[in-house]
Amino acid sequence: MPANTMSQPSKTQSGQTERSIRLQTETRTGIAPAADAQKIIEILDLKYFYGNVRALHGISMDVKKNEVVAMIGPSGCGKSTLLKSINRIAEVSTDVHTEGKILLGGENVYDPAMDITELRRRIGMVFQKPNPFPKSIYENIAYGLKIIGGFAKKQVDEIVERSLKQAAIWDEVKDRLDKNALGLSGGQQQRLCIARALATEPEVILMDEPCSALDPISTQKIENLIDELKPKYTIIIVTHNMQQAARVSDRTAFMMLGKLVEFDATSKIFTKPADKLTEDYITGRFG
Amino acid sequence: MAEAIIESMPLSRQVRTNPAAKNADAAARVAITAVAVFALAIIFLILIFIFKEAKDVFFDAKKRDQVLPTLFMMPANENQAVWTPISKNPKYSLMPMLLGTLKTTLVAMFIAIPISVLAAIYTACFAPRWVREIVKPAIELLAGFPSVVLGFFALIAIAGFMQRLTGADYRLNAIVGGIAVSLTAIPIIFTIAEDALSAVPKAMQEASYGLGATEWETAFYIVLPAAYPGIFAGILLGLGRAFGETLIVLLAAGNALIVSWDFLVPTKTLTATIGAEMGEVVYGDTHYNVLFLIGVFLFVFSVIINSIAEFYVKGRLMKKFSGAA
Repeated sequence: MPANTMSQPSKTQSGQTERSIRLQTETRTGIAPAADAQKIIEILDLKYFYGNVRALHGISMDVKKNEVVAMIGPSGCGKSTLLKSINRIAEVSTDVHTEGKILLGGENVYDPAMDITELRRRIGMVFQKPNPFPKSIYENIAYGLKIIGGFAKKQVDEIVERSLKQAAIWDEVKDRLDKNALGLSGGQQQRLCIARALATEPEVILMDEPCSALDPISTQKIENLIDELKPKYTIIIVTHNMQQAARVSDRTAFMMLGKLVEFDATSKIFTKPADKLTEDYITGRFG
Repeated sequence: MAEAIIESMPLSRQVRTNPAAKNADAAARVAITAVAVFALAIIFLILIFIFKEAKDVFFDAKKRDQVLPTLFMMPANENQAVWTPISKNPKYSLMPMLLGTLKTTLVAMFIAIPISVLAAIYTACFAPRWVREIVKPAIELLAGFPSVVLGFFALIAIAGFMQRLTGADYRLNAIVGGIAVSLTAIPIIFTIAEDALSAVPKAMQEASYGLGATEWETAFYIVLPAAYPGIFAGILLGLGRAFGETLIVLLAAGNALIVSWDFLVPTKTLTATIGAEMGEVVYGDTHYNVLFLIGVFLFVFSVIINSIAEFYVKGRLMKKFSGAA
């Protein structure tokens, strides 16, 4: 386990410049040298329980660096649970129990020694419904930096601008950064939430049906954005929209009843699925 | 033939066989409106009554000359009484009781705000669900306590304890009264603040956790600022309650009309003065009118506080979450 990925930058000593460099290296070296350098996330026989109800029945899959993985499947199949188990956000509101491992750059996220806040900083998340804070647009983006602490105002300004540009929303909001983010449209809010996730330079971005509450034009903007982010980030997206999965992802995982049915290249899943269930689902025979 | 037509009609097109339903609807609307108007009318009539009983202070020339020159008079020395409504040379200064109300209310809010707001933050943001389900109704139960019981408790238990603690000359004073009054304000502030904190959408908290924030950071950077207008509304309503409390201060604050900033001397508030003297006053007398004038003050003040809480603060909270702000 590489020590540098776990080390929290000291909040008291580090100067401003050092902080910025640390942030960069921290997020870009999160790959264990021993593991396959390509695999940023490895899920090993993950079983997930809500109370006594088993939501995931031993899932094993991996996600490579800079790839977009889509997860599809009927409602209740566990795809959102799987997504939320990666950054351990599911356990915030419910009582959960897990068996198995999820390796992020070789480190088990369910290791008792894992610092959950550190983990969640390394994995950005975009939720189903846009959930900006009832604060200004600027403060929304700067929040993650405030949590890390120790940034100079000028640095924060730069990161806010860069994140908003990356999320393709800068031109729409640059003149009203001090306005309440809840005044934006739904599509803008969702891109703002993506910008907020990008601000802290996560290694992986999880998207939980990010377009389900959006109109087709906003959806298209987000899909284009996913394409643009691909060279720099690794993205896992849960979607109910199979066309969306086909459009944006490199590989697609089809899940049903808490099991991973098939996980393969998107082109293969949507043209020559190996499993009969997958074929029935993508051709609309159920689901 | 007719039957066949009826059978062929979809149910939604068939005529109601119960025409009374429409009349009942209209009758219910009238009845409910009447009840609402009645409630409003009562408040309005009380208002008119209080003002009517107090108006002589301003509109009767003889009473006006008696009351107005002394209404806000300060005592010339420590021993001069400025509220002597039934002496030959009556004085009607409200200063000692204004100061008394101010002192007990200050003490009460000074205690109630931190306790209730912190308790609300704990219950809404940190406590496990089962703790919340016990703590919230338990504190709300305190609001249903008869205030005479709280006053009695203060008179017997808190007063003795505080005297040992402070070494005050008098058992009953503004501090003891204020502590007891805070017990009535705490559940009000707590329950409104807790509702405001719980109403902050969980999605916002998840977003905060998702960015690597801890529970504390989420509570203090996200939940608390979002709930701030609601908490402020709770504080204002608690203030209104503390300010209007009568029986507790009558029992526990000592009932002496002393103009002093010393919190450890016996104190009488505006409400306690009405409570203690209204039963013995001569009907229609100047004294009687002045007691109602105090009532007018109390009324106006509580209307102002409640209006701020109701319209301004709650309106802002709603706007904040709907995005108009």
